[in-house]
Amino acid sequence: MLLKNLRPVSKTHKGDEITDIRIVDGIIKEIGADLKPSKDEEVKDFGGAYVSPGWMDMHVHLREPGFEHKETIKTGTDAAAFGGFTAVACMPNTKPATHTRDVVEYIIKKAEDTPVHVHPIGCVTKDRAGKSIAEMADMKDGGAVAFSDDGDPVYNSQVMRVALEYSSMLGMPIINHEEDLELSRPGHMNEGKVSTRLGLDGTPGIAEETMIARDILLAEYTGGHIHVAHISTAKGVDLVRQAKKQGINVTTEVCTHHFDLTDEEIDRQKFNTNFKMHPPLRTQEDVDAMIEGLVDGTIDVICTDHAPHAIEEKEVEFIYAPNGILGLETAWAITNMRLLQTKKLDLQQLVEKLCYNPRGILNLPELKIEEGAEANLTFFNTDEEWTFDLKNVRSKSKNSPYLDTKLTGRALGIFNKGQLHLNELK
Amino acid sequence: MSDSVSDYEFNHKHLLGLADYSKEDILYVLDQARSFREILDRPVPKVPTLRDKTIVNLFYENSTRTRLSFELAQKRMGADVVNFSSSNSSTKKGESLKDTIRNISSMKIDMVVVRHESPGVPHFLTQCVDAAILNAGDGAHEHPTQALLDMFTMQQIHQNLKGKKIAIIGDIAYSRVVRSNMIGLKKLGAEVVLCGPKTLMPPFVKEYGVEVSYDLEETLAWCDVAMALRIQLERQGNATELFPSLREYHERFGIKLEHLDKYPDFKIMHPGPINRGVEMESEVADSERAVILDQVTNGVAVRMAVLYLLSGGNRV
Repeated sequence: MLLKNLRPVSKTHKGDEITDIRIVDGIIKEIGADLKPSKDEEVKDFGGAYVSPGWMDMHVHLREPGFEHKETIKTGTDAAAFGGFTAVACMPNTKPATHTRDVVEYIIKKAEDTPVHVHPIGCVTKDRAGKSIAEMADMKDGGAVAFSDDGDPVYNSQVMRVALEYSSMLGMPIINHEEDLELSRPGHMNEGKVSTRLGLDGTPGIAEETMIARDILLAEYTGGHIHVAHISTAKGVDLVRQAKKQGINVTTEVCTHHFDLTDEEIDRQKFNTNFKMHPPLRTQEDVDAMIEGLVDGTIDVICTDHAPHAIEEKEVEFIYAPNGILGLETAWAITNMRLLQTKKLDLQQLVEKLCYNPRGILNLPELKIEEGAEANLTFFNTDEEWTFDLKNVRSKSKNSPYLDTKLTGRALGIFNKGQLHLNELK
Repeated sequence: MSDSVSDYEFNHKHLLGLADYSKEDILYVLDQARSFREILDRPVPKVPTLRDKTIVNLFYENSTRTRLSFELAQKRMGADVVNFSSSNSSTKKGESLKDTIRNISSMKIDMVVVRHESPGVPHFLTQCVDAAILNAGDGAHEHPTQALLDMFTMQQIHQNLKGKKIAIIGDIAYSRVVRSNMIGLKKLGAEVVLCGPKTLMPPFVKEYGVEVSYDLEETLAWCDVAMALRIQLERQGNATELFPSLREYHERFGIKLEHLDKYPDFKIMHPGPINRGVEMESEVADSERAVILDQVTNGVAVRMAVLYLLSGGNRV
């Protein structure tokens, strides 16, 4: 297969040259200008679009097994491919929880026929109950790439200590959902001016920050690797920045909505529950701090926390609505609009946050665009205007704050597992 | 003279909160309420204004005063009224709120009066059905008819509220009454001081343009009207109590008989129900300085005015 007129972006490509790429049997065979198609060779002209090593979203909820009415591995990976992701790491708050090797293997098996590589994250604790650590080594052997009780924090500090020690023996990170439940409950949005105005109980930033501080101290003490999930506050970013300076093994990620939207949206959108998630949308100061953290390298990864919920679950009173929103399909457009078009980060830096860093944190092999390498590629543009309307939602659920929003920049498709998958707008 | 507005074009379909109403809107509603207040003093206090309207009162939270007040207002205007109340949240078992309201609406309803523990439910209902929606209290968000009747009562005392000094005392954080009052009173140019324990003040409350005091004496010396709010006793006894005891609360923030002598000018209001001996001593509630029962009577008139305006009566 011959892919024509692409601008590669990778550690070694800046995206400023147009080239052709020939792929044979899933391997990059040839890279060069003006390659001529051989007889019967399939040709796809990308007209100058960008190509980078395949992106990874290391924080998604595929909901299977157990919550197939929200999302399945099939529909979730369709959404991922539509978003330009060749890989996702899926969180273990399934039913049964992904706390044993058999569930890890079930997910991997179910994902075999999809265009996307699915890497399960196993539970830190048995049944996600927070009491005692799960069989981490066995899950690693089954294909798990990290451990997390996401949706809930690992609350007990002693359990967290043990988890960090045990997982560091395996060379694996613990991804913690940072939340002091006493401080945060019964919050339904960020605690601040807007929550006061709307009369909604708030979750203060300190609920997240005190937990991040604890985990940094535990990581320092145990030598374990703590990955701070979905960071959302300015002080939280500062804590991670200081910890990194001290050489503590801490990494972090930010969801696209947290560097785009603020808590004002809940007022502006009249209590639309598609703006309710955890951590909640914070303030403009926090949004600015997310971008600053991405720029100075404090924040390693851009992710989505893709969290599908069925229509009937979200179309309810605000305080009863579950936390979580879709993210996979709109991640690139938001990243492009907020970070690239504003010149905060360049293409190479963005590919680090979308590809190299998440893969590095999860110990997955580094992807390359070079002859002889496996073709694991994402195709995208930065200037196309499009609308994310209901027809174009690939997830089984529809709970996106960006529905019917005009977006700029689109993932055009992926090449993965030996096949080209192109996205067609409906 | 009160700031009245004549020939005013009132253009709201709903009353979701006073945040959406301008100063002129509020004054117009209060002006209309004065006519209805007169009707209430007639030998037969009834008008046929809403004779062709059907109204449902949808109460998902307990309420005595507000519900009776709305129902009386509706009946005095000749509306057909149905009541639905449920202390169970519909989403926890059975039918969703969306389905409930769409079903009720299919029975040809013109207006819905709703109370619910979740902020934003009235807004949500506007997206589900065509009927006019009246917020009778949504969580700690707004309770606009209560604030309107409070302002109506204050107008009876002071006519023009511009520059008048209003103190609101007690459980500020969890009060929808205080939010609607702060919005409305600031729009009418009143000065507002909130007084109560710091743990019952919501964060960033000064955004409303109000002042905060932790000193009851100072507050009572300053104010023209002191509105005490109900301490939500049901919150006491939780693991994270926000103040140490009712005793200490009453000692520090309760209005006492001695205050009436010491500060002879201020009037006393309370949205009810009163916890006697907590927010104020019994004698204070029963004193001539208290206009608490006037508030209740005025509530019917204010609700009649709102129902009339939202039914499109003024546009005929």
